[in-house]
Amino acid sequence: MRGRIAGLLLLVLACTASAQSPVPPIEATPTADPPPAETVVAGLSSDSVAITASFDGSDILIYGAIKRETPIPPGPPLQVIVTVEAPSRGVTVWRKERKAGIWVNAESVRIGAAPGFYAVATSAALDDILLPEWDSRYRISLSHAMRAFAGQIAVESAVPFTEALIRIREDQGLYRLDEGSVSLIDQTLFRADVNLPANLVEGAYKTRIFLLRDGQVIDVFVAPINVRKVGLERWLYRLAFDQPFLYGLMSLAVAVFAGWGASAAFMKLRRP
Amino acid sequence: MQIYLPIAEVSVNAFTLIGLGGLVGLMSGLFGVGGGFLITPLLFFIGIPPAIAVATGANQVVASSVSGVLAHVKRKSVDFRMGGVLLAGGLVGSWLGVWVFTLLQRVGQVDLVVQLCYVVFLGLIGAMMLQESIRALRRSNAPGYRRRLHQHNWVHRWPLKIKFRASGLYISAFPPLLVGVAVGVLAAIMGVGGGFIMVPAMIYLLGMPTKVVVGTSLFQITFVTAFTTLMHAVSYNTVDIMLAVLLIVGGVVGAQFGTTLGAKLRAEQLRILLALLVLAVCGKLALDLFLTPDDFYVIQPGIG
Repeated sequence: MRGRIAGLLLLVLACTASAQSPVPPIEATPTADPPPAETVVAGLSSDSVAITASFDGSDILIYGAIKRETPIPPGPPLQVIVTVEAPSRGVTVWRKERKAGIWVNAESVRIGAAPGFYAVATSAALDDILLPEWDSRYRISLSHAMRAFAGQIAVESAVPFTEALIRIREDQGLYRLDEGSVSLIDQTLFRADVNLPANLVEGAYKTRIFLLRDGQVIDVFVAPINVRKVGLERWLYRLAFDQPFLYGLMSLAVAVFAGWGASAAFMKLRRP
Repeated sequence: MQIYLPIAEVSVNAFTLIGLGGLVGLMSGLFGVGGGFLITPLLFFIGIPPAIAVATGANQVVASSVSGVLAHVKRKSVDFRMGGVLLAGGLVGSWLGVWVFTLLQRVGQVDLVVQLCYVVFLGLIGAMMLQESIRALRRSNAPGYRRRLHQHNWVHRWPLKIKFRASGLYISAFPPLLVGVAVGVLAAIMGVGGGFIMVPAMIYLLGMPTKVVVGTSLFQITFVTAFTTLMHAVSYNTVDIMLAVLLIVGGVVGAQFGTTLGAKLRAEQLRILLALLVLAVCGKLALDLFLTPDDFYVIQPGIG
């Protein structure tokens, strides 16, 4: 995976030459004007991540180039934002309150979908290169990561709850904003390294690459990353969910055998 | 060496887990308790989701109690009839407990109730044990005292009396049945075997002689925790076998060292040490409840 970084330029050239990346862009360019002057061509160092027993996080290299038919337009330079997000799951955020002297979970907000992991890498400070209306349209920044409240909201304002969710996940390294971590050469070549943490869940992850000029999104490229458990991990996980009774019996057998084995072994050790 | 746990979906250091299992095993060998009351909070602490910590903790207790009960069967210090009655209650209790656990999870109070249970029970048991063992230590220094076989109290007047030969008791089946139910509920909610509650209950409530208490409680715990593990595995898929194996490997080795070490110390001193340990865990958990938390917000997966 890493070895390919050295051959970045070569790869990019190869990519632009064939102009065919493994995954075609699925979102059309936002501007309704004639065909965009600049489009993204990109690739990933790997389009799947295998979770093995010794899985300890993974680095994904996202690289690409900007394809254009015309010379580089004048004005503010081109910018790139890369996002990687895990599949969304529902979460409940609880606020603790002191009741009868002890701290208990008092109020909650249920959030229908929040990604378990969300990383945003940019080529410059996010606020400088992205206008708010384009941010909310494409849901780029961390505050847009979660969607849809589930059920009725019983609290006065859900804002502190969603802020808390982002803050806690940022502290855990699950939500990240890395400003300036996308390197952009001559407004044409770019690369970003995104580190996927060890605590990944399975699912279809999504990578998005945004091309920006003047705070506006001019092109989007979307590619999936398939994260799945393999080998023993996969087998155990499937067994636990498909054959829970058998799995439970197996766990017990391991425990009983270990308990019996240890006492028998040590008894032998003591009285040889 | 990092290892990814397939069910918990977290990556943890394998040696941390083996060490944790070893430490708890050492305690259980030293004091004759399952060690569930230590392993479950420790698993919370290293970031294992509570539901998985509780279910996998139960599985680990199966291993350590099997190892213990075999030794007691060999020494003939298990009252099987009493164990059977306790077990019948325990299975009902365990079923109830898993059901209560789901209910609590739905209303978002599972952490609070588990913590409260720990604080209340560890506090009570710790204080009782400390008081009792200090008294015993004083008594053993003052000669001429003879303890009565057991005291008769209200428990002995209930109907449906059964003869428990190994314990030398002729009492109603209801008190042991109720003790079994209570311990089963706690086993399911707290992820513990409940030995630290059952042992005092057998001595003080049922009046069983001390020599059969530990073996009989281990006998009952083995089956109740096995049932709890199965219930959690089937209903919620929360048993992580990878996590369990690592804990068990450390645990069974630790337990054997603990037993050897325990033989070199005096019983009263051991019990004072255990009482202090229990009170320390209780104190730590109580502080978490009463002190202002660092973060007022908690994230819980799922939208119940």
